[in-house]
Amino acid sequence: MENFPWLTTLMVLPLLGATVLWLPTSLRARAREIALGVSVLVLVVAGLAALSFDTSAASTHQLTETYSWIGSLGVSYALGVDGVGLVLILMSVLLVPLVILAAWREQGSGTHVTDNLRRYLALALVLEAFMIGVFAARDVFMFYVLFEAMLIPVYFMIGGYGKDSSRRRHAAVKFLLYSLFGGLIMLFGVIGIGLNGPDGPGRFLTENLTGLALDPVTERWFFLSFFIAFAIKAPMFPVHTWLPDAAEQAPAGTSALLVGVLDKVGTFGMLTLCLPLFPNASQWAAPVIIVLAVISVVYGALLAIGQKNMYRLVAYTSVSHFGFIVLGIFAFTSTSVAGSSFYMVNHGLSTGALFLLVGFLVARRGSARIADFGGLQKVAPVMAGLFLVVGLSALSLPGLSTFVSEFLVLVGSFARHPAAAIVAASGVVLAAIYILWLYQRVFTGGVPADTEEQTRRGLVALSSLPDLRGIERWAVAPLIGVMLVLGFWPSPALTLVRPPAEQTLQHVGVEDVPTRTAEVDQ
Amino acid sequence: MIPEFVTPTVEWAPLTPVLFVLGAAVVGVLLEAFLPAGLRRPVQIGLSLLATGGALIAVAVLWGPVMDTGGYDVLGGSLIVDGPTLVAQGLIALLAMLSVLVMADRTAAKEDAFAPMVSASPGSDYERLALRRGMQQTEVYPLLLFATGGMLIFGSTGDLLTMFVALEVLSLPLYLLAGMARRRRLQSQEASLKYFLLGAFASALFIFGVALIYGATGSISFSGIAAAVPTPTGTEPLLLAGAVLLLTGLFFKVGAVPFHLWAPDVYQGAPTPITGFMAAATKVAAFLAILRVVYVMLYGLGWELTAVLWTVTIASMLVGTVAALVQNDIKRLLAYSSVAHAGFVLVGVTALDVRGPSSVLFYLLAYGLATVGAFAVISLVRERSASGGVTAEATSLGQWSGLGREHPVIGAAFVLFLLSFAGIPLTAGFVGKFAVFSAAVSGDAWPLALIGVLASAAAAFAYVKVIVAMYFPTTERTQGDGEESEAAPTSGAAGTTLVAAPARTTTVTVVRTEGWATVAIGVSAILTVLLGVLPGPVLDAIEQISLFLL
Repeated sequence: MENFPWLTTLMVLPLLGATVLWLPTSLRARAREIALGVSVLVLVVAGLAALSFDTSAASTHQLTETYSWIGSLGVSYALGVDGVGLVLILMSVLLVPLVILAAWREQGSGTHVTDNLRRYLALALVLEAFMIGVFAARDVFMFYVLFEAMLIPVYFMIGGYGKDSSRRRHAAVKFLLYSLFGGLIMLFGVIGIGLNGPDGPGRFLTENLTGLALDPVTERWFFLSFFIAFAIKAPMFPVHTWLPDAAEQAPAGTSALLVGVLDKVGTFGMLTLCLPLFPNASQWAAPVIIVLAVISVVYGALLAIGQKNMYRLVAYTSVSHFGFIVLGIFAFTSTSVAGSSFYMVNHGLSTGALFLLVGFLVARRGSARIADFGGLQKVAPVMAGLFLVVGLSALSLPGLSTFVSEFLVLVGSFARHPAAAIVAASGVVLAAIYILWLYQRVFTGGVPADTEEQTRRGLVALSSLPDLRGIERWAVAPLIGVMLVLGFWPSPALTLVRPPAEQTLQHVGVEDVPTRTAEVDQ
Repeated sequence: MIPEFVTPTVEWAPLTPVLFVLGAAVVGVLLEAFLPAGLRRPVQIGLSLLATGGALIAVAVLWGPVMDTGGYDVLGGSLIVDGPTLVAQGLIALLAMLSVLVMADRTAAKEDAFAPMVSASPGSDYERLALRRGMQQTEVYPLLLFATGGMLIFGSTGDLLTMFVALEVLSLPLYLLAGMARRRRLQSQEASLKYFLLGAFASALFIFGVALIYGATGSISFSGIAAAVPTPTGTEPLLLAGAVLLLTGLFFKVGAVPFHLWAPDVYQGAPTPITGFMAAATKVAAFLAILRVVYVMLYGLGWELTAVLWTVTIASMLVGTVAALVQNDIKRLLAYSSVAHAGFVLVGVTALDVRGPSSVLFYLLAYGLATVGAFAVISLVRERSASGGVTAEATSLGQWSGLGREHPVIGAAFVLFLLSFAGIPLTAGFVGKFAVFSAAVSGDAWPLALIGVLASAAAAFAYVKVIVAMYFPTTERTQGDGEESEAAPTSGAAGTTLVAAPARTTTVTVVRTEGWATVAIGVSAILTVLLGVLPGPVLDAIEQISLFLL
């Protein structure tokens, strides 16, 4: 099994699954089962792949496969993961089956599978293949191709399956245009860095492009072209405005994938491409980026407090969380960078779960307006309990894995930029406000009777809302389980993300600032 | 004393692609005269497919020898059969073949895209009679072959006079074909006249340029001019003026700004299969001619021409993109997008880099396939009147609302072509864009690449607008959850102006046909994906040929 093409297998399986769903065969009727089966199979294969990953050498790319793809351009089909890539892939493949579970009843009624749902599942599987590929790509060109190709399934997942149709189209188009704009700017950088790479095959391999002595001005241009694309994707202030619209309009499962996984590609790209490829420019730009990151943290949190729509609220919490991740990456300490890597995983789990739960709530009530809810604790206790745990993970309660990563980011950043870390720490307090206040408004108190206006809008009465069903519980429970396990025992993940973090800092060429976090690490 | 006449020796073999096509065209005209009406159509279609297919095979057979020897100089430089020639001829033959398929397609009522009797004035008794008799204008096939023959020569010639003759051979049939649409005949005839008048004007400028260049250098052969260019003796203004006029004629043919004004009207008015052919194949021929002129004949003038080339390139990208954004007619939208694409291709030309020619040819391949495919789809999307009869094409974007949902396969193919136009990865268009922008950066013309990527980003919106109309129609309303006032979009940054679907008086449908166009769409779609995912072999082959034979 030494040379088994694990990563290619991981990419091919969901594509095959999607093809089966697309083909006009009798298998179509069992689309949900097939999609779930394929995604669980991918999860199992990813688990097996992780077993053959040598954790003692987590900073090197493993499970590598390298073939020439487009010879005359020097493009390779090159896959491989280091510790960070591996944990992100594991997080992604865990999220996909749960999103499929969550969609189980969403569009199909009973056992009937509509064409819409079938297409949705097929798109989700295509997206899964691209996500795995983008986290595993070792070739800048290939990364770019998958980075851009991902947009198409997501575009259709937002535009084709959301709620209100005209604003939904608006949101889908906005998402696509923001992303395409960023992506095409990045294309300029990809071409430029490729021409500075070695001639012949392997021109775009990241290892061949790391440590080039570029002209400082050129390097800054290239850095910017990559960074803008990643900042839009992440999304960071001031290019975050597409996310609330998209999250509000898309089905909850799409939002979970979009924010949980897809947006991580932005921060993942900053970490694995911007820093090693453009070390000097990264240092040059770091002060500005840190300021923007801190603004994202506080501004995102403040806006989240003010939201009246639950989807938008969760979207803005993510802007805040992404601020933390970017802060950690550009603080250039091994603690903060490792913390950011771990943060990406935790945020995927936490926000994924939050979106799914909000989706269940909205599907029951028929409205995403916070003001339309109240007192659900009594009506749906299981939902309330799970929501509370997931919400607490979003505000980084100790004992949940999100706490570990947020703590590492703040401690690591404090060592280099105390002021930035202190301001960012206020984001933790604000998080308590937006989560707990949301919980209070939705779940506590008495169950209000519907107003006349609410009845007219055809909302389902609060007192008759059903609690979470079996399938829905199973869609959320694994995420909470993983967060609890990693909260008390984070070392498996940290041993995977710390060596790559140190390696990255070596590429950037900055002295690490030691922090006293050994006890958390170990 | 009269000098003895020397019979030139002719190497026939390298001429075969041209001979096949032009020969078939001549035979086609004769068949038109002698065959009974019922037989004409199948025979003409067969002959056209055979001729273009034969040309394709001839190119493949010639490939090996040309790669070995570097190419042939036939008829004293009138035809230069080198690598770029073969690639371009192969491309033109392939695109012509696909276009023949699209042209040959008929609806269930046995109606093709062409007027039953072109000479009858629209709405006259003659026309009604011709319609009732079910007449068919089968001259379109020989005309198409003549145009194709002209294209095969146009970019492959080594002297300016042959180039001019080829220009006329390819243009005249196109002027005619543009005016032969079955529906909206007045619009079609207007398009034809516009195309003819402006085309004639461009031809005049071209021939005037040739005269000036001849005056400056004393030669009409590329090699003679190229040799004279580095040492102009006091006649440089003449040469420069000639070069600019010559390029103007060529820019007209590719529809580059500011010589693009004919494009929207002609693209819209011409029969859709012809529009696709015109847009795709003419560009291949004309760009090869531009490459030859810029890289071979006037290479010594490269520096002086930079300003002209850069201006036209940038203007084409910007004007084409911006104008495409505001179109509401799908054919006009693609016309302006073709102007923008001319700009993108010119980026590869203007780069003046060794990668330039190969990147241009690959881009043209990607663009040509998507264009023929896209126009083939458009030719199938028709209005259906209340009585159920299929009438004219539905080209207004509003009419396309919801089409992707109702016709998933054709819709998916059209989206694929649009994505290829937009340059989304895993389509051929992306590889083409990557190649031309790489050539620009490598040739120190990075501002062109930067403007190019920005223009691509903007142009993407034009294509997305179509996809939105096709897949997310406004007419479809799910339950309004009454949140309009509350969660309005945070900012108008994206500036989205979406197309509203008008109330439909007629229904729009993808018409059932004999299936020829579907074959062309299928081939184009498969090649677009293949060239996007595995462009390696084709890129390698094109890369080999980047040197021109002088």
